[in-house]
Amino acid sequence: MSEETLENSGLTPEEQKLFSNARPQPYQPYSNKAIEDFANWARANSLWILAFGTGCCSVELRPLMSARFDAARFGIAGRPTPRQSSVFVIGGYVSVKTLKRIVRSYEQMQGPKFVIALGSCPANGGMYFDSYNTVNQLDLYLPIDMYVTGCMPRPEALLASIMDLQKDIRAGNCDSANIYVNNLDWYKANQKKVIKNWDMPDYNW
Amino acid sequence: MLLERLTKEFGITDIVERHARMTTIKVDKDKGERLIRELRDREGYVHLSFVACVDYIERGVFSIIYMLHSYDEKKDLGIHIEVDRENPEMTSIHTLWAQAWTYQRELREMYGINFPGSPRVDEEFCLEGWDQMPPMRRDFDTRKYSDEQFGHREGRASEDPREHMKAKLYPNRGGDEQ
Repeated sequence: MSEETLENSGLTPEEQKLFSNARPQPYQPYSNKAIEDFANWARANSLWILAFGTGCCSVELRPLMSARFDAARFGIAGRPTPRQSSVFVIGGYVSVKTLKRIVRSYEQMQGPKFVIALGSCPANGGMYFDSYNTVNQLDLYLPIDMYVTGCMPRPEALLASIMDLQKDIRAGNCDSANIYVNNLDWYKANQKKVIKNWDMPDYNW
Repeated sequence: MLLERLTKEFGITDIVERHARMTTIKVDKDKGERLIRELRDREGYVHLSFVACVDYIERGVFSIIYMLHSYDEKKDLGIHIEVDRENPEMTSIHTLWAQAWTYQRELREMYGINFPGSPRVDEEFCLEGWDQMPPMRRDFDTRKYSDEQFGHREGRASEDPREHMKAKLYPNRGGDEQ
């Protein structure tokens, strides 16, 4: 990982003064394994879902919070802003216009952060595999911790994936945010290939 | 009655009664805006339901469809106006209904039809940074563009639903539909 700053070439010179050009740094786990395990246990039991519905699968997020499925018993609740949330559920197909907003929101989220791709479309394009406007493989643009297949998956499937995610977090296997940071140039090149009008900073702090 | 008068005054053709409450007519491009204005101001077709477009690539025209509704008669009237595919341009009707400019902006982006004077018609609407042919034109190869631009994941397979269901759900029926 290089130490140099980001170019922010999508911004005008005036705007470049207003935005940070620092590179994100990977998360360093605690050297004491007991403390890291405790931190992972705490992270797994306090997941906050970003209220950002990208496609039709995001309607499955609504019943998740209601009395029947009651995600609050797993310590899950929704947050309205990326700054306060730790789980990004990509709800269905991702159009190019939405991908830009997803990238912005994902980068604004504070670590630790995790991504669940819901439905077939983020995995392989789903029924929109030949659309001019939806990406076919979301993992080219964002690191993904958990896939839920189906068109569309039931809330039970989403709950199961969240429980699996919690297991993975407790075991210390969820380092997708570090993968993103360590391969930032590769992800940025892929993102800029499809987002033609890149008029935001290279990393949205 | 109304249609007879319109035939005389505007030379409308292709009058088709689709069902009891919907009729479609066709009119020349240069008379279109006047006809729509007349229908709105004099004949009670005060509601613009939608503006749509069909690409008739075989005849080299785009057919723009203005669907009007009359609350008095409880009837829809669709007006088809054909514009040339090579130089697609149509009079803007945003002076009649302010919401029409949203439709016109969409048609501008998806089909490349120009509406001179329509507000913000040249701005991006759904597509951002689009540098290809307008995507809803029929000669735009969406599959090819998707392959080049987004790629495909290895191992993705498509099943024919009919054959798949025969094999998986009804293996004992041997293709018997009943």
